[in-house]
Amino acid sequence: MDQVGNIILYFVTALVIIVFSVMTVTSRKILRSATYLLFVLLATAVMYFQLGYQFLGAVQIAVYAGGIMVLFVFAILLTHRPNQDEQALTSHKRVLGITCSALGAILLLFALFTMPVCEGTTLCQALTDNNVDMNAIGTALLGTDKFQYLLPFEAVSVLLLACIIGGVVVARKR
Amino acid sequence: MELTMLWYLVPSVIMFICGVYGFITRHNLIAILLSLELMLNAADLNFVVFNRFLFPGAMEGMFFTLFSIGIAAAETAIAVAIVVNIYRAIGNTDINEIKKMRF
Repeated sequence: MDQVGNIILYFVTALVIIVFSVMTVTSRKILRSATYLLFVLLATAVMYFQLGYQFLGAVQIAVYAGGIMVLFVFAILLTHRPNQDEQALTSHKRVLGITCSALGAILLLFALFTMPVCEGTTLCQALTDNNVDMNAIGTALLGTDKFQYLLPFEAVSVLLLACIIGGVVVARKR
Repeated sequence: MELTMLWYLVPSVIMFICGVYGFITRHNLIAILLSLELMLNAADLNFVVFNRFLFPGAMEGMFFTLFSIGIAAAETAIAVAIVVNIYRAIGNTDINEIKKMRF
């Protein structure tokens, strides 16, 4: 039996994720759509916190909510004239979209509910004695042994540098 | 009532399906990118949930999500640069208007 608080928190975050995901892809105004995506990302961060990954939740808020969403809002404001009539965002291949997503949903949910591995450990059992502390994360991120990640870490830093240069080259004025 | 892994995977599936729907039906480039972020986020959530419930002692899923978030940031920055460039070249970001790869 999990704690009641955990269950209530789970239902609130799951409801927020489901409702705002649907609103993200059905909203007619793109700025609203971006705002709903922000709510989805924040609810996901709450889920990370609940699962015991505090660092990951903080990264999710800082990078996704703080960085990527600001980038999106900038892009939307740069590419839309303020008083322009909002053209319908959807209504393009709607039947195909509904068919594909319904088919995918049925397949995925069928696979999910027939998967035997889903039963078993509950959140409380998984959380006991398995706290991920900052010390362990830092050691794993900056080591070169087995299960340590210095090489991907450096690769991501080079990727980000390439991305900065690429962004400047692609978007500069000719 | 107990919170097992299934409870966390269902919102993730719905998030992913919404992303697929938006990716197919939207015809604005930035709206397509928003749907892409939804799908990426669902995959990240799956990694973390599998790590927590199946291998509670390990941290591999968490690190995969961590690097995935970093790469998503890079990808979004480049994609937004390309979208702004397209807007500058042809004046809007509707995918039906984009027919040439070179301007």
